[in-house]
Amino acid sequence: MFGLLLVTFLIARVIPIDPVLAVVGDNARPDVYEKARLDLGLDKPLWQQFVIYIGKVFTGNLGTSVLTAQAVTEDIKRVFPATLELATLGTMIGVSLGIPLGVLAAVYQGRWPDQVARVIGLFGYSIPVFWLGLMGLLLFYAKLGWVGGPGRIGVAWQDFVTPVTGVLLIDAAMQGEWEAFWDGFSHLILPSAVLGLYSLAYVSRMTRSFMITELQQQYVIAARVKGMSEARVIWRHALRNAFVPLVTVIALSYAHLLEGSVLTETIFAWPGLGRYITNALLNADMNAVLGGTLVIGAVFIGVNLFSDILGRLVDPRTR
Amino acid sequence: MRHVAKLVAASAFAALMTAPVLAQTPKDAIVMAKQIDDIISLDPAEAFEFSGVEVGANVYDKLMGVDLKNNNALVGELAQSWTVSPDNLTYTFKLRPGVKFHSGNALTAADVVYSFQRAVTLNKSPGFILAQFGFSKDNVLEKVKATDDATLVVTVSKPFAPTFFLNCLTSGVASIVDSKLVKANEKDGDFGNAWLKLNSAGSGAYKVRAYRPNEQYALDANEAWYKGAPKNKRVIVRHVAEPASQRLLLEKGDVDIARNLSKDQLAAVKSNANVEIVQGDKGYILYLGLNQKNPNLAKPEVREALKYLVDYDSIERNIVEGTYKGHESFLPKGFLGAITDKPYKFDPAKAKELLAKAGLPNGFTVTMDTRSVNPITDIAQAVQSTWAQAGIKLELIPGDGKQTLTKYRARTHDIYIGQWGPDYLDPHTNAETFAINEDNGEEAKSKTLAWRNAWDIPAMTKVTQAAVLESSAEKRKAEYEGLQREHQKVSPFVIMFQQVEVSADRKGISGWAIGPSSDTNFYAPIVKN
Repeated sequence: MFGLLLVTFLIARVIPIDPVLAVVGDNARPDVYEKARLDLGLDKPLWQQFVIYIGKVFTGNLGTSVLTAQAVTEDIKRVFPATLELATLGTMIGVSLGIPLGVLAAVYQGRWPDQVARVIGLFGYSIPVFWLGLMGLLLFYAKLGWVGGPGRIGVAWQDFVTPVTGVLLIDAAMQGEWEAFWDGFSHLILPSAVLGLYSLAYVSRMTRSFMITELQQQYVIAARVKGMSEARVIWRHALRNAFVPLVTVIALSYAHLLEGSVLTETIFAWPGLGRYITNALLNADMNAVLGGTLVIGAVFIGVNLFSDILGRLVDPRTR
Repeated sequence: MRHVAKLVAASAFAALMTAPVLAQTPKDAIVMAKQIDDIISLDPAEAFEFSGVEVGANVYDKLMGVDLKNNNALVGELAQSWTVSPDNLTYTFKLRPGVKFHSGNALTAADVVYSFQRAVTLNKSPGFILAQFGFSKDNVLEKVKATDDATLVVTVSKPFAPTFFLNCLTSGVASIVDSKLVKANEKDGDFGNAWLKLNSAGSGAYKVRAYRPNEQYALDANEAWYKGAPKNKRVIVRHVAEPASQRLLLEKGDVDIARNLSKDQLAAVKSNANVEIVQGDKGYILYLGLNQKNPNLAKPEVREALKYLVDYDSIERNIVEGTYKGHESFLPKGFLGAITDKPYKFDPAKAKELLAKAGLPNGFTVTMDTRSVNPITDIAQAVQSTWAQAGIKLELIPGDGKQTLTKYRARTHDIYIGQWGPDYLDPHTNAETFAINEDNGEEAKSKTLAWRNAWDIPAMTKVTQAAVLESSAEKRKAEYEGLQREHQKVSPFVIMFQQVEVSADRKGISGWAIGPSSDTNFYAPIVKN
């Protein structure tokens, strides 16, 4: 974590971009420019700047973002739930469709269900997400009108939901604003599905290869010999064993989505973490970049820890 | 197998059952899709970016304004009348009676004093627009005085042209804030800056209802506005970064106005019967800056040759159609003294002749820092190809915006391609930066664009500085006209285009007009039928 901070900090300071420009703009007078430079502490030596920054981080102060004029912690509290919502639904879609697809592909290895799964996987991996997103909007939003357009919620439902957790659907459900809930859901489903397809491609490929390994194991033959139904052999026995490594795969894919998908968030006007950090980086808003990176680091560690714990619960041998 | 089928069916069902969305915006509200991630503050003493200034223009009132229908002529807004002393040093303003802030507080001369005091003392990016008249945090309360609730007396440091001072009062930094409300929200002597970054304390057409950075702002109409209630009840501006998404939202009817459509999208929506295009000239000038530290670029014949080597018409037609138009002088159309002369046309033969005269008959090699965005990249490539016709090898160095700018400000470029926007609605803003360079040394106090290109011009600097003290508006206009014609001939600036802002709106929206600056993009007249 410390290493991550140090590297980000150095990259931020070494790139040939003047961070003062982000504060005062190009047309600023020299005195205004100088004042902003001093305010940012850029006159001090690099190591001193870093020590000051670390000191602040330990007291929970990530500094103020230049672009939003808000504390970075406030910004992250606002943008992270949006990404969380998107990533969670995306992973749910990916897992709920990806596992069955992967199992089918393994069972019917080399036959048409396997080919179908392969093509879907190929699509999920190779179609650029901005193209998929725009095409999805064009079809499901502009032509068919099944889903909401870019943005988190329709204008008509704006401000109906008071942010408590920041996760719109949970807040709306808690406050009983069901129409706002459905409107929010209609805006959420398409970007989630786009992210979900990526997750699906990954999960289904991994499920397939784990299952192929499991299905060749002797306990599967033993189960079949005992006369168990094929469905029971596949879903109860083999999948159960394949599930252990799958937990790690799913956790990684989830953590990846939690970093925020810049392109998806941009196309769907989704005020999430990925766009926040990218925008900050392009504008040399270093406090925001460092704060965002810190959150991503924490999320990665957290999700990995969680998957380890879950792995132990699923796998009796490790208990 | 049956489980799988069930699961797939259930997921598909869930996706299909999503309620169809009502593609319609609320009746009394105007909804815009716009890139608003440039906002760093809504405080009028700090906001200096397009979107932040635009919010201020709709939330705050100023002493002076411009009449967009009458060639941007000065008109009194909160100032009902004003007089200037014969020595051009003292201005006396009579305030419009009965104006109230959104809070209900009456607007008095004391609010004007406080507003100017905080702008000068905070001295944020736009602070110099007022400070250039000799106000500083130590003397502002002596120079700007309220003699009674409705009278304000302002003393400036030099006999500036009255048009110059009054034009500067139309800019966002001269907005009048509600001193009682702001004082109540002051923290550690910050003049309420932290609070005003996100909130509003004005008397203008709208009040900020909610602002979420990088997400959206919502403004509520001020029914009691002194110019009459706005024609709509609410304006909601959502941040939609991707122009293609803006277009979809507009065509679907989920927004009424899309502000950042690109050239291709504009061409596409033109065929949509439900969409109309609104255009307005913006003050942005697109130019090339030729660094005079480069010995080749320092030759007058080379500077002139390069101006003959840009195919202005072809770039306008093929790259920037509808979003920029040809313009070759430093004052944009709409400014006092602006000229429309276009002395340069694409003429490679003439350019070759000039290059030969400069002793470079076979051209030379030079670099250009190019921001990797459109249309900058495309224009740079077009310039590269026409310069090659005269043997000039132009190497493009791509970079991010802040990166090329950092280099430009340090004068380490050869050629810079970029835009310049006026800071306020007076010719001095561009004249100063394009035609004043008081000290060409590395540690100069004032680093204008002329300085950035190391263009040492003591004589022209004097002429430009004199123009700002010319009290007759007619004579002042003539001075700027002459200055620009000279500038076109000799300067190391290849001025090519002026920006045109284009916005697309749904049929049924009327009254939306794009002003010459972000200070003049007003929402109040927008009507939805």
